Parts: sequence; structure tokens; C-alpha cells
Amino acid sequence: MDILFQQIINGLVQGSVYALVALGYTMVYGILGLINFAHGEVVMIGAMVALTALQALLAAAFAPVLAVLLSLLVAVVACMALGYSIERIAYRPLRNAPRLAPLITAIGVSIVLQNLAMMIWGREYHSFPLPFNSISHHFGGAVANDVQIGIVVVALIIMLGLMWLVHHTRMGRAMRAVAENPAAATLMGVNINRVISVTFMLGSALAAVAGFMVSANYGIVHYYMGFMLGLKAFTAAVLGGIGNLRGAMLGGVLLGLIESLGAGYVGDLTGGFLGSNYQDVFAFFVLIAVLVFRPSGLLGEKLAERA
Amino acid sequence: MVSINRLPLLVVLGIALVACGKSETTSTAASDELIVKIGAAGPLTGPQAHIGKDNENGTRMAIDDANAKGVMIGGKKARFELLSEDDQTDPKTATIVAQKLIDDKVNGVIGHLNSGTSIPASSIYFKNGIPQISPSATAVKFTAQGYNTAFRVMTNDAQQGKALGEFATRVLGEKTIAVIDDRTAYGQGLADEFVKSAEANGAKIIAREYTTDKSVDFTAVLTSIKGKQPDLLFFGGMDPQGVPMVKQLRSLGMKTQFMMGDGGYTPKLIELGGGAEEGTYASLPGVPLDNMPSGRDFAKRYEARFHQPIQLYAPYCYDAVNVMIAAMQKAGSAEPAKYLPEVGKVELKGVTAKIAFDEKGDIKGGAVTVYQVRKGQWHAVQTMGGTPAAKP
Repeated sequence: MDILFQQIINGLVQGSVYALVALGYTMVYGILGLINFAHGEVVMIGAMVALTALQALLAAAFAPVLAVLLSLLVAVVACMALGYSIERIAYRPLRNAPRLAPLITAIGVSIVLQNLAMMIWGREYHSFPLPFNSISHHFGGAVANDVQIGIVVVALIIMLGLMWLVHHTRMGRAMRAVAENPAAATLMGVNINRVISVTFMLGSALAAVAGFMVSANYGIVHYYMGFMLGLKAFTAAVLGGIGNLRGAMLGGVLLGLIESLGAGYVGDLTGGFLGSNYQDVFAFFVLIAVLVFRPSGLLGEKLAERA
Repeated sequence: MVSINRLPLLVVLGIALVACGKSETTSTAASDELIVKIGAAGPLTGPQAHIGKDNENGTRMAIDDANAKGVMIGGKKARFELLSEDDQTDPKTATIVAQKLIDDKVNGVIGHLNSGTSIPASSIYFKNGIPQISPSATAVKFTAQGYNTAFRVMTNDAQQGKALGEFATRVLGEKTIAVIDDRTAYGQGLADEFVKSAEANGAKIIAREYTTDKSVDFTAVLTSIKGKQPDLLFFGGMDPQGVPMVKQLRSLGMKTQFMMGDGGYTPKLIELGGGAEEGTYASLPGVPLDNMPSGRDFAKRYEARFHQPIQLYAPYCYDAVNVMIAAMQKAGSAEPAKYLPEVGKVELKGVTAKIAFDEKGDIKGGAVTVYQVRKGQWHAVQTMGGTPAAKP
């Protein structure tokens, strides 16, 4: 029972990160119908910038808590600028081009960012210098440390904040309008370019937070870290119904739980026939099953809630 | 229509950036010089890029030394050139890279870094008669395919896994053991040999789990192992997975001993471990760098040149190049067909050990040393096996 509880905690932590990154995919898709494959690299850049900022702030003898918050802020601002630039340089010129074109530039941007990070920060793994010890708390037989609890709590707050923003602010209303019908939104006086820029910046800010969380949790940063995370988060977004905010959150948490429980139990349940090496296969198998029976994802039909 | 005139710029930029990854170009040379092209292949991008770059550095140092010294081959002054390729640790890319090196007419290849890439590439080198010396591929299969072109200057997994299994059971006295491997030719091969050896010595393998060489989250697998309470966890894989694994192991509150093969014996493991790595065991075929014939001197020169410590296999790459050069000198030719028969006969006092090959192309009498992290430093605990020939 303790083991099951622990696996659920593991899944929730992992799932919260997936959900934050998946929101970035889903917001952009909801508005532009574009899959921003460079999003995983934005997460990586966020982690790298946070690393550099944190190192500098700690070297300048800032208080630990202040250094952490400031470096997170620096990463968020840097990623927002990056998200804005990506959209401006790589996607906006192609907005009316065939759908394949921006998809290809997205992959191009992803490669450029990865190589850029490799040139700036090098090929090696960096240690993420979290300035305080992450204390482990015991819940029965299960363990969760401060960072893990922080990840789940912060992710939850951010998701609630985003829901509020989309449903209760002018900008949110504009976003929903553009998602529903860009031409009509323009006629109603919505500045589409501005809405799209804000969407990219918001998604990138979430990516920066996710990058910071992943780095703090695993303690290491690497220029390649965005690739697999991006792929998993994309899967989570599709699982929940891409274009749907609640779907991304649900998909992320579900994917985290599926992976964790799958890897933890599939070996014992099948008597060793399928091992934990099928962790990824298991997650993608669930994805295929969902797509076969619900092609638009778990929550994909509520089009009105798109953002 | 929105203009798409920025697209070419982006593409050019992308190509320029990718091109930056490739470092070597061939240059024209004076006619009385003998140009010898040495191919190097390993991951220069991806999770193991730091180890791949380390290999390239070791190879480059040997080549620069040989050029500075002025090596004569068959009465001509030889000038060595390095052609470095990125195999991305991917078996498919490795075969493409191998073919590219052959198309570029290399005289010999130092590589690849991983067993999973060395094995598929070896058949291409064999078909084209190009000698290949791997500095670090340890899977038994690499030299067991009947290719007379495949050599290695590193102890293989059968020797290493056996030594680790004996160390875990006889020296540490562990009874229940859990094993994880990363499903690569190296990780799986080493873990299998470890299991064989540990079971032969009376230990019980109570969990056999798997991951990939790109994962960073192992909490699910570790939690499942936690329920079985093993004395020791063995991981067959490299340090990019080893570090988060040992961290997560400790943060789950498990006091299980943690052991890896040569993939874990890196300065990075300690730098990134943040204290969680304390007590970790790892092995390295061969003897400790400090005990190598000229290990300290090599380490000093390496650090002066590349401004970073040796990660793992650089000294082995250095020796591999020198073996190749020695064979060329003996044959009086850098033609692969002419010097290949000499490679197996080379006997050389290298940086790492006294090198001589057996009939399969494996290094004779390889020793394995087990190290442990103590107070944030790697300490040699015990050197297992090895005939006097391999010792300094």
C-alpha cells in the first residue's frame, strides 16, 4: 500500500511538470492550429537561464530564497522574450502558408535552439545549485521532499491562475475569440497579432517555470533535456485533447500516473514478461487507445473552452 | 500573402549552426608528406556528448603529439589528420558515420565510444578492410563477430561484470541484489555478466528492471525496488542516468548500496551528485590513472590543453592511436590492407597499460579496478583480476 501511495506521488510530481509544458503546446494549438515543436527547447533554455542567473546571484551573496525567486523571474522573462521572438521570426511570416511550412520551421527552431544552447552552455551536464536542502517528509511509508511538494503546489496555482486569466480577463476573452474565429475576432476589433504574441509569451513563461522545476527536482541541467520532455508533454496535450486547457492539465497528470504505475507494476503483473523498459511504450499505448476511441482526446470536444 | 523571405535566412543559420558541430576539415599538403587520416567516431551531441568530446580530445592529443614528434612511415614523413564524426550514440547513425569515414578514405578508425554503436559500425569497417580500435566498447560481442578489423584497448564486459559480481558478493558480502540496465548493448551486456557472476557467488537477484539511456526519472522503478528491500542496486549504464538515479534512490529514503560499471566512474558523477553519490561504487577496466605507467603526466598535459579534467576514456583513445601508428610504422605503410596484419601484433607500453592483443582483438589480461566515492572523491578500493602483463 505504501508502495502504491509512493507511486501515485511520483506520478503526480512528474505529471504536474508534463501538464505545465503541455499547456504551452495546447494554448498555441488552440489559437493557431500549430504544433510548436520548439516548445521543449524553450523549457531547456528556461532551465539554462535559471542556472546561470542562480549561479550569479548566489555568487553575489544574495539570500537563498531571494536568489531562487529572482532567478526564476529572470528565466521567465528570458523565455517570454524568446517565445515572442520565435513567433515573430519563425511563425508569423508563415501564418498564411500551408500548414506543413510552420511545422518544419518549428523543427528548425528546435534544432537551432538546441545547438545554440550547446554552444553557450557546453555539452556537459551542469549541477543545479539549489541553495537549500530539500527535506524529505514521510506520509505513512511514502516520501516526498520539499521540491516535489513545491512542484505540485506551484503547478496547481499556475493552472488555476491560467484558467482565471482565460475566462475572466479581457485578454482571455480575446484569446478565446481568436481561437474560435480569427477573422471574426479581427472584425470585432481584436488585435490578433497581439493576442498571438501574448499566447506565446504566456506559454513560454510556463515553460520557464517547468524548466526550473525539472532542474530543481533532478538537480542537473543539460542542453538535451528539452527533447524528451517536450515529446512527453505533447503526448499529454494530445491525450487530454489538444487545444483544450483542462485537457492539457488532465492529460499531463494522467500521463505521469500512467507512467509511474505502469513502470512500477507491469513487471510484477505480467510475471516479468513485460518489464519496466516498457514504461514509454505503456504511455504511448494508452495514447493510441485514446486516439482510436476518442480521436479528439479525452476532453477534446468542448471546443468553446479552447484558448 | 505574408512574405516568406526570412525563411532562407533561418535555414542558412540552422545549417551554419549544425556545421559548427563538425570541426575537422582536410587540407592540402606538401607532396613529400604522407597524409594519414585517422577517423574518430563517438557522440558529440546528445546526453553523452561530454564523454564523446573527451574521447575526441584524447585522440586529438595523440595525433598532435605524433605530428609534433615527426613520425616516419615507410621512409616518408607522416602527417596525421583527425576526421571526427558524431554518431549520436545511435546505432543507425553509427553506420552512416562509418560509411562516411570510409568514403573520406580514412586509414583507420578510433571508435566508437559505445558498444551499441561500435558493433553495427564494425561490420562496415570489416567489409572495407579498415582497422578499428575502440577505446571504450566493452560488450563481448564486439570482438566476437569474427572481424579481423575490430580491436579494443579496454577490458570487456565479461571480465568487468565478473569482477564486479565477485566484488559485490565476496568483498561486500551482499546477499540480495536488484539490477537495472539501460537496454543498450553496453548496459545490458554488463548487467547480464554481473548477474551471472553474482548468482554464481550465491547472491539472489530479487529485481531485474530496465530504463533507457535518455531517461532522467527513475522514481517509479526505484519505488518498486524499494518494496523488495535489496542490499545492493547495480545499474548497467552511463553517468547521465546514474546521477539522477542515485539522487532519487536517496530521496526515497533507501540506504541500499549503489554500484555501476565504468560508465559511472566519472568526475561528473561527483560534481552533479550533490552528496547523494557518497558511497557509490563504480569500476574502470584497467588500473587507476595514478597507477598507470604515465597516467599523472598524461592527466596534467590533458588539463593544460583542454582546461577540464579527463572524463573517462581519453587515455585509452590516446593509446589506441599510438597502437595504430605503431602498426603503420612496422608495416612501413599506412595502407589499411598492409598494416592491418600488424595491429594484432603490436606490443606497446601505453599510458593506460602495457598493450598486447589476443587472437580476437581483446586486450590481454585486462585488470578491473573498483572505486568508491568517499568524502566527494573517487578512491580505488581494489584491483581485481589482470595478469602481470597489464600492470605497470
